[in-house]
Amino acid sequence: MDGEQFNQMMLGAGPGTGADVAPGMLPNLSRRGFIKVAGGAAGGLVLGLSLGVPGDAQAQSGPPPRPFVPGAFVRIAPDGKITLISKNPEIGQGIKTGFGVILAEELDAKWSDVTVAQAEVNAAVYGMQIAGGSMSTPLAWDELRHAGAGARAMLVAAAAQQWGVPVSELATSESTVIHAASGRKASYGSLATAAAALPVPDIRSLKLKARKDYKLIGQRFTGVDNPAIVTGKPLFALDVQLPGMRYASIEKCPSVGGKAKSFNADEIKRLPGIIDAFIIEGTPPVADVMKTGVLPGVAIIGKNTWAVLSARKALKVEWDTATASKDSWTGFVQQARALSKKPQGETVVKAKGDVEKALATAKSKTVEAFYQFGFVAHAQLEPQNTVAWFKDGAVELWAPMQLPDAALVGAAAGLPADKVKLNQMRVGGGFGRRLMNDFVCEAAYLSRRVDGPVKVVWTREDDMRHDAYRVGGFMGYRAGIDAQGKLAAFDAHMVTFKDTASGKVSKGGGISPNEFPADYVDDYRASQSFLPLSTPVVWWRAPGSNTMAWVQQSFLHEVAVAAGRDHVEFLVELFGRKSGTGAPTNRGLDPDRAIGVIKLAAEKAGWGKRLPKGHHHGLAFYFSHLGHIAEVAEVSVDASKKVTVHKVTVAADVGPVINLSAAENQCEGSVVDAIGTMALEVTMENGAAQQANFDRYPLPRMAVAPKVETHFVQSDRSPTGLGEPVFPPAVPAICNAIHAATGHRIRTLPITKEGFTLA
Amino acid sequence: MMRLQVNGKDLQLDGVAHDTPLLWVLRDELGLVGTKYGCGIAQCGACTVHLDGQPVRACQIPVSAVAGLKITTVEGLAQGERLSTLQQAWVDHDVAQCGYCQAGQLMSATALLATNPDPTDAQIDEAMAGNICRCGTYGRIKKAIKAAAQTGKGQAGKGQIGKEKA
Ligand code: FES
Ligand code: FES
Repeated sequence: MDGEQFNQMMLGAGPGTGADVAPGMLPNLSRRGFIKVAGGAAGGLVLGLSLGVPGDAQAQSGPPPRPFVPGAFVRIAPDGKITLISKNPEIGQGIKTGFGVILAEELDAKWSDVTVAQAEVNAAVYGMQIAGGSMSTPLAWDELRHAGAGARAMLVAAAAQQWGVPVSELATSESTVIHAASGRKASYGSLATAAAALPVPDIRSLKLKARKDYKLIGQRFTGVDNPAIVTGKPLFALDVQLPGMRYASIEKCPSVGGKAKSFNADEIKRLPGIIDAFIIEGTPPVADVMKTGVLPGVAIIGKNTWAVLSARKALKVEWDTATASKDSWTGFVQQARALSKKPQGETVVKAKGDVEKALATAKSKTVEAFYQFGFVAHAQLEPQNTVAWFKDGAVELWAPMQLPDAALVGAAAGLPADKVKLNQMRVGGGFGRRLMNDFVCEAAYLSRRVDGPVKVVWTREDDMRHDAYRVGGFMGYRAGIDAQGKLAAFDAHMVTFKDTASGKVSKGGGISPNEFPADYVDDYRASQSFLPLSTPVVWWRAPGSNTMAWVQQSFLHEVAVAAGRDHVEFLVELFGRKSGTGAPTNRGLDPDRAIGVIKLAAEKAGWGKRLPKGHHHGLAFYFSHLGHIAEVAEVSVDASKKVTVHKVTVAADVGPVINLSAAENQCEGSVVDAIGTMALEVTMENGAAQQANFDRYPLPRMAVAPKVETHFVQSDRSPTGLGEPVFPPAVPAICNAIHAATGHRIRTLPITKEGFTLA
Repeated sequence: MMRLQVNGKDLQLDGVAHDTPLLWVLRDELGLVGTKYGCGIAQCGACTVHLDGQPVRACQIPVSAVAGLKITTVEGLAQGERLSTLQQAWVDHDVAQCGYCQAGQLMSATALLATNPDPTDAQIDEAMAGNICRCGTYGRIKKAIKAAAQTGKGQAGKGQIGKEKA
């Protein structure tokens, strides 16, 4: 996968591709996969699965062939215990349980026999092990089903051999092979060792289950790590303790990119519990924020966390800010407003028809609006941290990663990738921040430098000041409405950012040529202009979409209101212009699936029906990360502009749901995240973030959480991910409801900028 | 030397600075890593433990202030292998996403039910207001608290919850 494909994946095969999924991203297992199997040392069956047939010319464009490794996905012990392996990082999205369910379904295992284990980090065996782009489920769906079905086929073959009956007479259920005619049964455990000695089935001979035959997929499962979570077992990297481990904390320049010139080293080194303190030059600056290594600063090494954190309070550092960011949010706002009034050097990303003429001659009226949204932090609750142990010329690390990168981490410590062993720990929240590995690099570097085990701890303040944020932005819209009240012309001008380091559009910024409603109006134009950005920004839950949905779906509601049309009817008519055409539009958006969820959300929420006094509905739809999602928010606003979100009805079309409990949890959490984020921002002045902890960045609390009702459209399509796509439509649905309640259109996020607060 | 009573055990501590917050003593010195760090300024509740049954923010309490008090952490909620009613409700309702906040949530909820066995929604909101869940599992936390309050005891967890199909 090249860099551009990776970017598209993070964006949910998103803006810019024009295709559903970038070519080469999805493995085509039915064409070019094979299974291998081996007896484990202690008996039993261990099954690996490998993508790609060597010599298959077609495979050249896809992921490279991977070697067979025993037990990569399925291990069945003679005592009947089944261990299934989850290869991707668990960040709270529930993938460890979900992958277990998919494997167990095709294996026909009894769920209570199953333990799910986290895979080792090993690109040669598993390819890219990533939690990102909501792509874990769609990318692994075929692979895992084949691994499960392959193991089942071998167990069935072993029973057939033992009993001298044809395979066709055998059935399986709950970890047992059954021969109905003779009443014989054998447990998977009893067959495992014999099965391991049998030839491997051709992947093309495997028959996968039909949806109607699923016993596990679609039911509710509690997360496999829940018992460990509720008893406080060590699951996270921050919980790892090694013999003789030292603690490290790094003070970085408040203005991003500044370097330490000098500090009160003698005083710091004399403090109790302090072992050493030194300036870090950092690894050379990089163009791509994803490849950030060690940033400059002052490292303090001590005997425990409190010693190093206390010493940091006594630090007096002289910073060299010559290379530091001078970014100013207030400056950006002024420039963007000016640029939007009088675009200069703008880039047209899509133009068709004659939008100016259409707007000038709009039969009914034109609507204009300017939207603004700020930067926000990832604020995952577990601050950045990593434990590293350099010994004998190699380094082993325990880290909360969304995208393990041994080459990058090794480089930070002056080691090749094969001298780096990464241990994937449960991640205490990701949201995109841990796709970067800067904190892992720090630990590798410091462990080598102090020549022993070290735990790098970031404070919350470090985490928020040295985040790579969600990029802010600005959008100016104009729309023309025809005599029938229909959207006839659409112009979007975005003021967005380019990273000064790379000269490229900042991650999550920009407008795609295929953004909705490009394919649905004849006179259409989208353009953008750029402000230079030194502040690091990176992927943030539903990147791009989480703000594009808000501006676009708010503005389309403005148009519907100006046209005097019901919002549901307006959207159904708009999507209906491409209904039944078959071909997906706007990078995979299927207008009929869109209409389906819009109608479903409206129906389930009681759209147009009487609501309790003072309650109002707002609706929005957005397609991202291959998911079609519509939401209806029920909101009230009191006289002091306090907003209460009472209920959000989610209609989601993401193919068949794997674990209903986790799927609902993602919907509930995304809605809470969306509500909270509406009232949050990180502002920077002179390159330094003005918010550093939850006192000034108040994450939502329990009272803010609404009732969330979720309805899934089930289908025979392949399942797609749910970690991201429910967030984007929630924000405009709520803002549209605020408009219904008050007549006020929120055009600035956070809503506090317009005098609104969350109740 | 300092003496601490943690989860019913008497422990001795040597060479720990007296101003060290209880949080870091539990985690770094005693290996009780269930109690989490999230903010260090009494905002997130990830570090919630009980002192004589009262929920406190362990990031704010110097270890010198807890001598003679009974300290309970998330590791002390279960009786051996038997989960507490609330822990079981947390498993049955599949509350956690990333799980990082949940020790603190459980400690606050346990303290709530100890003083108010049948709280209203508003009382739950108030008692839990000091605990942030970045993943947004608030609805489930509330459901689990209510279920635990209703039954007085959790139901046996089977991993697969209910029979309903999506
Ligand atoms: S770490 Fe103590 S309240 Fe956040
Ligand atoms: S479950 Fe992730 S912070 Fe609460």
